[in-house]
Amino acid sequence: MCLAIPGKVLSITGDDPLTRTGRVSFGGTIREVNLTCVPEANVDDYVLVHVGVAISVIDEQEAEQVFEYLAEIERLSDSGDEKQ
Amino acid sequence: MKYLDEYRDGRAAREFAGAIARVVTRPWIIMEVCGGQTHAIVKFGVDELLPKEITLLHGPGCPVCVTPVELIDKAVEIASRPKVIFTSFGDMLRVPGTSGDLLSVKASGGDVRIVYSPLDALKIARENPEKEIVFFAVGFETTAPANAMAAVQAKQMELKNFSLLVSHVLVPPAIEAILSFSDNRVQGFLAAGHVCAVMGYTEYEPIASNYHIPIVVTGFEPVDILQGIYMCVRQLEEGRATVENQYSRVVNRAGNLPAQKLMREVFRVIPRKWRGIGEIPFSGLGLGGEYKFFDAELRFDLAGRSVEEASECISGLILRGVRKPPECPAFATRCKPEHPLGATMVSSEGACAAYYRYRRFQPLSDNSIIG
Repeated sequence: MCLAIPGKVLSITGDDPLTRTGRVSFGGTIREVNLTCVPEANVDDYVLVHVGVAISVIDEQEAEQVFEYLAEIERLSDSGDEKQ
Repeated sequence: MKYLDEYRDGRAAREFAGAIARVVTRPWIIMEVCGGQTHAIVKFGVDELLPKEITLLHGPGCPVCVTPVELIDKAVEIASRPKVIFTSFGDMLRVPGTSGDLLSVKASGGDVRIVYSPLDALKIARENPEKEIVFFAVGFETTAPANAMAAVQAKQMELKNFSLLVSHVLVPPAIEAILSFSDNRVQGFLAAGHVCAVMGYTEYEPIASNYHIPIVVTGFEPVDILQGIYMCVRQLEEGRATVENQYSRVVNRAGNLPAQKLMREVFRVIPRKWRGIGEIPFSGLGLGGEYKFFDAELRFDLAGRSVEEASECISGLILRGVRKPPECPAFATRCKPEHPLGATMVSSEGACAAYYRYRRFQPLSDNSIIG
C-alpha cells in the first residue's frame, strides 16, 4: 500500500499550489502527478510518487550513500576493523 | 529504472549479507514494519541471504490487513446503496467482511470502481453530480497527504456529492503497542521508509530511547533492506539504541512539511481499532473540524458499531510477529488468496499472501520457526 515509485519530472503546470501538476516519466510511462507537497521540485528532478502525489524529491547525492557505505564496510573488513 | 534497478543489484546484496554475517555474534529478532518491505523480503529471498542468527518478523504495516471488519461491513453497505459510486484502491475489494466483500457487491450490480488515486475519485464526483461518490480512504501516513488533499480540493470545489470512508492508521503507536505486549520478542525495528518520507523520524526517537530498541528507517529494495538490517545488527551488537536513517535519498529527519500541514488541516488523531490487534489509543486519523462534512460514516448514518472477528484466522498473531503464516493450520488449505479467511491473505503486502505466492512449496527452515 505504501508503494511509491521514482519518476523523472518532464514538465510542470499550474500556479495554484494545490493543483501544481507535473508530467512524470516512470521508465517511459508518463502520468500526471500532483506536486503540491514538493514545492522545491523542478523539471529533471526525480520525485517519489505515491497514489498520484509526489511525497519526496530524491536526493541525488544521498542516493550514492548506500554504495559508499558498502565500500566503507568492505574496506574496514579487509583491514580487520569492522567490529570495532 | 533509475533509483530502482541499482538497489536490486545481486552483488551488493550478497556483500551486505556477508557483512551482516561478519558482525553478528548471537541471535537477534528484527521486525520490518511495512508490508511493502515484507513483500520485497519474501519476493527477493532477502531472508534466505541472512545468517541463521537473524530472524525477521513481519509487522502490522499493511493497511488493508488492519482495517477492522466493521469498516469493511460499512463499505459493503454503502456500496450496495443505489445512486452510490464506491471508489477504492484495488486491494480492498476482496477483504472479507461479516457477510461478503466489495467485489461481490460489484458482481451483483453495485457501482464499485478501482481508482489509482483519491484525486481520480474526485474527478468521478465532478463528472457524476447526480450520484454520491465515496472513497475508501485507507492507509498509513504515506497515503494521508493524498487523501487530505482530496478533502481540501473537494471543499475548494464545493463538491457536495463526495465523501471519504476513513480508516487511517499511524505507525508509531503500533510499534509501541507491539513493544508493550508481554509476548513481544522484537529487539530491533526497520521503520517504514515511505511513512517517514512524510512524517520524518523524530516521533521514533523517544520510542528508541524509552524501550532501548534500535530503529532504522529503511527503504524497500533488497539492497536497502539488507543495509537496514546491517545497521540494526550493528546497533544491537554494540548495545546502542538510536534511530538511524538508511533511506537518506528520500527521508530527512523533519519529513515533508507541506504534507504534514495538509494532514493537520484535515485530520485529527483518534483511537482506532486494528484488525487482529484491537483498539490502540491515538493510533488513527479521522476527519476533523469542517472536514467532517466529508465523513461518509456521518453522511450515511453508520457511526459506531462493532463486530467480532472470525476465530480461525490468526492474523492478529501474525501482525504482531508472534507467528509466521505457514504455522497457521488454515494456511494454503482453507485460506487462500481466492478465498481468504483474513486480510493478511488478501493484500499482496499481507504476510500470508506473500508466503502463499513465493514460499508455499518450501518447508520451514530452522531459523524461520519461532520457538
